[in-house]
Amino acid sequence: MRLNKIFKNTLLVLAACLVLSACATKKEVATDIQGQMQGDVYTGTDTVEYLADGVPDRVFFATNESILTTASRETLRAQAAWLRKNPNINVVLEGHADERGTREYNLALGERRANAAKDYLMTYGISSDRITVLSYGKERPVDSGSNPLAWSKNRRSVTVKAN
Amino acid sequence: MTKKILVLLFILIPINANALIEVDITRGNLNPLPLAVSPLSIDEESRKGFEKILKKENIGSEISNIVENNLRTSGLFNPLDKKAFLQAPDIANLKPRFEDWNLIKAQALITGKVNYVDEKLRVEFRLWDVLAAKEMMALAFTTVPNNWRRVGHIISDKVYERLTGEKGYFDTRIIYVSEEGPKTQRIKKLAIMDQDGANNKFLTLGNELVLTPRFNPASQMVTYLSYFKNMPRVYLLDIETGTQEVVGDFPGMTFAPRFSPDGKKIIMSFAKDGKSDIYTMNLENRIVERITNHPSIDTSPSYSPDGKYITFNSDRSGYQQIYVMKNNGSDVKRISFGNGLYGTPVWSPRGDLIAFTKLHKGKFYIGVMRTDGSGERLLTENYYQEAPSWSPNGRVLIFYRETKTNSKGEGFSAKLWSIDLTGYNERQIKTPTDASDPSWSSLLSN
Repeated sequence: MRLNKIFKNTLLVLAACLVLSACATKKEVATDIQGQMQGDVYTGTDTVEYLADGVPDRVFFATNESILTTASRETLRAQAAWLRKNPNINVVLEGHADERGTREYNLALGERRANAAKDYLMTYGISSDRITVLSYGKERPVDSGSNPLAWSKNRRSVTVKAN
Repeated sequence: MTKKILVLLFILIPINANALIEVDITRGNLNPLPLAVSPLSIDEESRKGFEKILKKENIGSEISNIVENNLRTSGLFNPLDKKAFLQAPDIANLKPRFEDWNLIKAQALITGKVNYVDEKLRVEFRLWDVLAAKEMMALAFTTVPNNWRRVGHIISDKVYERLTGEKGYFDTRIIYVSEEGPKTQRIKKLAIMDQDGANNKFLTLGNELVLTPRFNPASQMVTYLSYFKNMPRVYLLDIETGTQEVVGDFPGMTFAPRFSPDGKKIIMSFAKDGKSDIYTMNLENRIVERITNHPSIDTSPSYSPDGKYITFNSDRSGYQQIYVMKNNGSDVKRISFGNGLYGTPVWSPRGDLIAFTKLHKGKFYIGVMRTDGSGERLLTENYYQEAPSWSPNGRVLIFYRETKTNSKGEGFSAKLWSIDLTGYNERQIKTPTDASDPSWSSLLSN
């Protein structure tokens, strides 16, 4: 709740800045933020890569959370189907956190997020033998920005081919 | 090991005990004590001898510069400009003309003498109370010339201790993580330096990610997290020999390591199936013990100085908060109840306080609270800062700060900072590269 509030405040501040600014490019950014996040979970596709056609490689999380959203579950079901079709491929689930937390806690949070994805793949028939979990905490952001949109892209679990 | 390298002879000359100067270190640096650090006097033959070995024109001045710099950065002392000194260093060391030093408002005076004796460095120094016109302390050291910087630090520690009544923290080192490269792909190396930034040395090459090094309080061992072969595990490193080994045999990530106060155990977290619990490993018999067992994230453990208690952070309440428990994991009590998230608790070497990082309304704070959670005091606020580590005397905290990037994601930096327990005397500690995760050693010469 608190964090939601922080986040909303940040958005308000951002919105205020944008109202004050007459710059057209900045207005586009504002629409982007609204279009690319739901709550504070990233819903855009900027950073997403594909394991195969129609199989996104990553899922996104809310601040401090490891709960899978509806969209994340859909992505993971597509990954599970792809893994069933390709029984020789093993994967590493790389869990990440944003920069707004302490380093050690974020390592644990990244591990928890990757495990949430792992558990879901397992319920769709993927053996745990094929999955390795690796947490990077806040060490490997994809977006180096210091803003809510960048942080939302960085709170992720990425499925990477291991072989 | 370092003690073996430093052949140090202390010759204690009797001192007069009824001095008048006292520095109150609980008060902050509003009125730092004015004092004069006279350059250590050196005869021409000794000067030439050291110039040849150490490539320093005047080793007496170099050592006194170290003392002056240490005392100034402590925030408690105000070393006066040498240009105002009226008395020559060699005469001052024999018998100061107190009226002269009084005239420039020095309340204390440090004098001394350096000699080159049998290829050794011999340093004597004296601390004088100017107002009382008395000698407060006189000591002499003999060591190998290469230890000249440490002699400066030891003199600083002795002066600090004599004037404040508490042990100093100058003859110490900092281990930290050196950072280079873009934010999305940082190259990180273990690095070590003297407390004042001198003698910086890299301990790893940057081939793998390394994080959170911590000193063993009892030896020159370090524990840290390495991503060697993409398997994040806690390692033990002997910084004198360079040998290292994995700590324990865990089927998953181990992280957040710290030594017990006696240096015989490592306490750390082990993450499995989305849960992180606290474990210890005894370094003598390699026995691993589980300390917490909870579906939450339990991490950043730190022992009390008597080893009887452990503080850690956990999100078992729903959010990251600070807890204290007995060293066997029993009697877990939450101690942080303020607004916001609390993490990285570190027990003070004096035992009475726990330093922490707090996140509240989008700002990060370094603060301290008593071990029961009362008396919370926030020392500094910033965009991002965390991971405080105590000076061995429990008077100063070192931590790291990261900057906010601009709209293009540029302008990221990470630097080491220190602040007094009083909340005063905030300083950046210069490092050759960006830096994070500092850990302060014990006093080397104890």
